[in-house]
Amino acid sequence: MRQMKFYGTALSGVEIEPYPGKLIVIEGTDGVGRSTQVSLLRTWMESAGYAVLDTGMTRSVLAGRGIKDARAGHILGRLTMQLYYATDFADRLENQILPALRAGFVVLTDRYIYSAIARGVVRGADPEWIRAIYGIALVPDAVFYLRLRSAEELAGRVLASGRGFDYWESGMDMGLGDDYYDSFIAYQKLLLKEFDRMSGEYGFEVIDASRPVKRVASGLRRSIAKVIEDEPARETAGAPTEARKADLREKAKTG
Amino acid sequence: MISYGHHRYPGRLFVVEGTDGSGKSTQLSLLYQWLKSEGYSVFFSEWNSSPLVKDTTKRAKKRRLFTPTTFSLLHATDFADRTERDIIPPLKAGAIVLADRYIYTAFARDVARGCDRAWVREVYKFAVKPTVAFFFRAPLDVAIDRIASARPQLKYYEAGLDMDWADNEEASFKIFQGKILDEYDHMVNEFGLTVIDGNQPIRTQQRQMREIVSRYLKEKLKEKAVLAK
Repeated sequence: MRQMKFYGTALSGVEIEPYPGKLIVIEGTDGVGRSTQVSLLRTWMESAGYAVLDTGMTRSVLAGRGIKDARAGHILGRLTMQLYYATDFADRLENQILPALRAGFVVLTDRYIYSAIARGVVRGADPEWIRAIYGIALVPDAVFYLRLRSAEELAGRVLASGRGFDYWESGMDMGLGDDYYDSFIAYQKLLLKEFDRMSGEYGFEVIDASRPVKRVASGLRRSIAKVIEDEPARETAGAPTEARKADLREKAKTG
Repeated sequence: MISYGHHRYPGRLFVVEGTDGSGKSTQLSLLYQWLKSEGYSVFFSEWNSSPLVKDTTKRAKKRRLFTPTTFSLLHATDFADRTERDIIPPLKAGAIVLADRYIYTAFARDVARGCDRAWVREVYKFAVKPTVAFFFRAPLDVAIDRIASARPQLKYYEAGLDMDWADNEEASFKIFQGKILDEYDHMVNEFGLTVIDGNQPIRTQQRQMREIVSRYLKEKLKEKAVLAK
């Protein structure tokens, strides 16, 4: 079991102790296919007998709805947005992520603190300030960064998905371009740069997301199998047995 | 992002702080009346008043969803919205902003609830440093009596019942308010709070407050005169 480690000031009232689960983060900018990969991973792990909790930004009971309403109205100031996201994150960390990790789950999270940091920094927030706020975050067992090379490629993905450009994903609040497309390209370029900068700092494992979905998925499975297997077998409920791990290895090759 | 102590605006920001029942809101509204009657443009900003966050806070209180960390962060979100919407724009325009409770309320409450002192201060680093921060200091028993007579029942978080300090709400409230008062006392030097003895008659307190505020208003008028030349 791994000892809990926080980036900065640990969450108040949390007992720092070893936990049997695994915290796996899938990061990447808008349109790289994170949610597709998360759902493929989930199916794969569950079929191998791992209990999985998946979570992602704005899914907290406490602040999820408030953030969505505020985003819909396009009325969020920059500092307010940062802190609203941090509230959402803290609620999920305390009420979903930590309890699941203690119970031996694999927690798969679609984005973690890095997207929030990138968004804040490109909007001019003090990088030290945001990092200090997210000091309460648990250091994950692994972070996979799905990377596309260019903002144009991202735009193509967004269009192909049929959902079109979103106000916030296009950074329309920043006044970077005359229309959604120009703004999207300019904004996503800034984000990509920021992610590249964080890659070394936070030890991202970079996954080339320009490959076909299946190949990205099999790459992720191979890497994740290693993270999960890196532990001796335990009898804890929800924790993988040797047989389950062998099963997982097998599936990682074929799947 | 401009951090605490580094904003340079032509306006003035006066804030009142103190435990519940210290009389600070009464004093602030008297100050407001006076400044209005003197012809200043005055804006009022209250703790917990962001329309963006209000529903979330209300629901969280009702359903008891808060932990000390999320309580702290959601209040910081509320405060950030106030700062961006109600505080910075009028200060830039050269107006006077009066704030009923400011960041020191969060520092006192959140630290009393067990949040890390340095972390909470870091979270609020974006706040504008007030021109003057008044701390109305009333002895604990006086404040508690005032609260008890004004409100029939204490609310869950207000009484600190989420912390399991005591079995009954009155005992819990006293413990909580005691911790808060300790934090305020630490902050007097740290942030240079201006202490007003909340035990004095209301008019005496108001006179002291106006005397201090007027020093900064004169200075402001001088600045205007210089600009006019």
